[in-house]
Amino acid sequence: MATATRRRRRKFSIGRTVAWGYIGIVLIVTVFPFYWILRTSLSNNFALIADPASILPVGFTLGAFRRVLGLATSAEAVAEGGSGASIEIGHFILNSVIYASISTACIVFFSSIAAYAFSRLQWRGRELMFGILLCALMVPPVLTFLPNFVLVKDLGLLNTFAGMILPVGLFSAFNIFFLRQFMLGLPQETEEAALIDGAGRIRVFFQVTLPAASGPVFTLSILSFITQWNDYFWPLLVTSDDSVRPLTLALAVFKQSSPQAQPDWAGLMAATLVAALPMLLLFVVFGRRIVNSIGFTGIK
Amino acid sequence: MAIVKTQAAPRSARVKAARAMSNINSPAHRGDARLAWILILPALVGFLAFFAYPTFRGIYLSFTKFTVFTPPQWIGFDNFVELAGDDVFWNSLFVTLYYVAIVVVVGTFLSLVTAVVLHRLTASTVVRGMIILPFLISNVVAATVWSWILDAQLGIVNIAIEALGGESIMFLTSRGWVIPAVAIIGVWKSLGYTAIIIFAGLQTVPASIYEAGRIDGASEPQMFRRLTLPLMRPILAMVLVLNVIGAFQVFDLIQVTTKGGPANASLVLQSYIFGKAFGQFDFGYASAMALTLFVFLLIITFTQLRLLRASESDTN
Repeated sequence: MATATRRRRRKFSIGRTVAWGYIGIVLIVTVFPFYWILRTSLSNNFALIADPASILPVGFTLGAFRRVLGLATSAEAVAEGGSGASIEIGHFILNSVIYASISTACIVFFSSIAAYAFSRLQWRGRELMFGILLCALMVPPVLTFLPNFVLVKDLGLLNTFAGMILPVGLFSAFNIFFLRQFMLGLPQETEEAALIDGAGRIRVFFQVTLPAASGPVFTLSILSFITQWNDYFWPLLVTSDDSVRPLTLALAVFKQSSPQAQPDWAGLMAATLVAALPMLLLFVVFGRRIVNSIGFTGIK
Repeated sequence: MAIVKTQAAPRSARVKAARAMSNINSPAHRGDARLAWILILPALVGFLAFFAYPTFRGIYLSFTKFTVFTPPQWIGFDNFVELAGDDVFWNSLFVTLYYVAIVVVVGTFLSLVTAVVLHRLTASTVVRGMIILPFLISNVVAATVWSWILDAQLGIVNIAIEALGGESIMFLTSRGWVIPAVAIIGVWKSLGYTAIIIFAGLQTVPASIYEAGRIDGASEPQMFRRLTLPLMRPILAMVLVLNVIGAFQVFDLIQVTTKGGPANASLVLQSYIFGKAFGQFDFGYASAMALTLFVFLLIITFTQLRLLRASESDTN
């Protein structure tokens, strides 16, 4: 295979040039909006109107970031083309961190222990139960979101983190399925040796099985965190109060409330960048892992 | 059956014990059932409370008049009768289908091409990493930045169009352009992710098959049609089904860019359901629409799987 790749690599042809050109275009279209966020957020919103095509920031300033972080006075904000609308971004980041990390921790932990029960323990009804839980994969959110809203409302959990987290944090059919498959493939010798040596099931789970499954557990944690950090729809339904709303919602409100006639694009892009930054950092640190895990989870 | 549980247990005893593991009634599994139920309890509660119960409740609510503030009232098929005569609903369905068609056709095609080209050119993780960047950010972020890029006055796309001598296009504010424009954002957001899934599938195809094809004198396009497509059919079918299901439930992008406007031109089903439920508190009617959408999804999914014969590849 290695020699084949090398031989192909040496061959130049029109086809390959076109192919590289295509990939180049795809990459540019993919990455350009990220650059445009950066470029706009470092611009002066008034100056943008005069020179909208500039590739570099227009009238370089950190004013937009100062605006969205609430560091600028309203006079300063207006002077740089900011609207009256502001966004208390630090507070919303905190909400997002709470929402995304607690729901990720819950979903990964609860899925792991369930997967252990489905892969290692012997009990009557195991396969039937597993089959029933997997039915959830067939039900799209569109059917459940209205009744779930009513349920959360009846439980008195509107505008609480519990109401946001419970429906996503307790159960994920995909995660259980995925971890069960992995655990079934793990060699059992060490676990059995530990059991024979008198270790309890729980201890074996935490000290042998879970560490052995740390790869997929970590993968699922990253994917869940991305999903929850980016979640918009469910928090939109069950929160109306800024005290618990995550950053995605705040950003959407900020976008929708900016004046139609002359939006504060620099401010909006600064807020957008702040909202996307944790994901971009995650990408820089775990990029390879994320790429591989998408291929992996996708094939199933 | 006495098993000596000491560290010094002879190997044969361990093997015997290991064999006993698979037996449900063996002493090694005494207490498993109780522990198992404890371990699956959180998941089971989550499943019952937030999947099973709402599914049936959703179906039930479809046949009621329900405003959240008063208990639901059974009204039989009234919601569905109303639905059949609701022009906004049919418009929403059409708008949604239009969006789904663009996203699925363009998105799947470009993802497939990108994956195949990448697979033939480079195994670079950096390139693959870059193309999944849009997958990592939220729909809200994507919608916000694209609103700016496609802005009618200052958006860079329109500035480029004008520089090339064209007329500025009101992408997100004109009836004709709004759905194609949002669909482009949707394609941008999902292209890399889908491409990586297909790419991973391509990697499972042994390189020797392509070598053999080349020796037989097949060109790249021929190999694509005769080898890649047939071998990849199960994965492509899955990608297609998931893309359709995802696209049908589009909401975030629309909500942030246009809120369904102008004049309902981008009012997709999910937006209409959301508006009915949380704007007019007509939960019964909204549930009926959600159920209808669910039935559509079921029919489409099964038809697709049937047509694509998803469970078998053409390996023979």
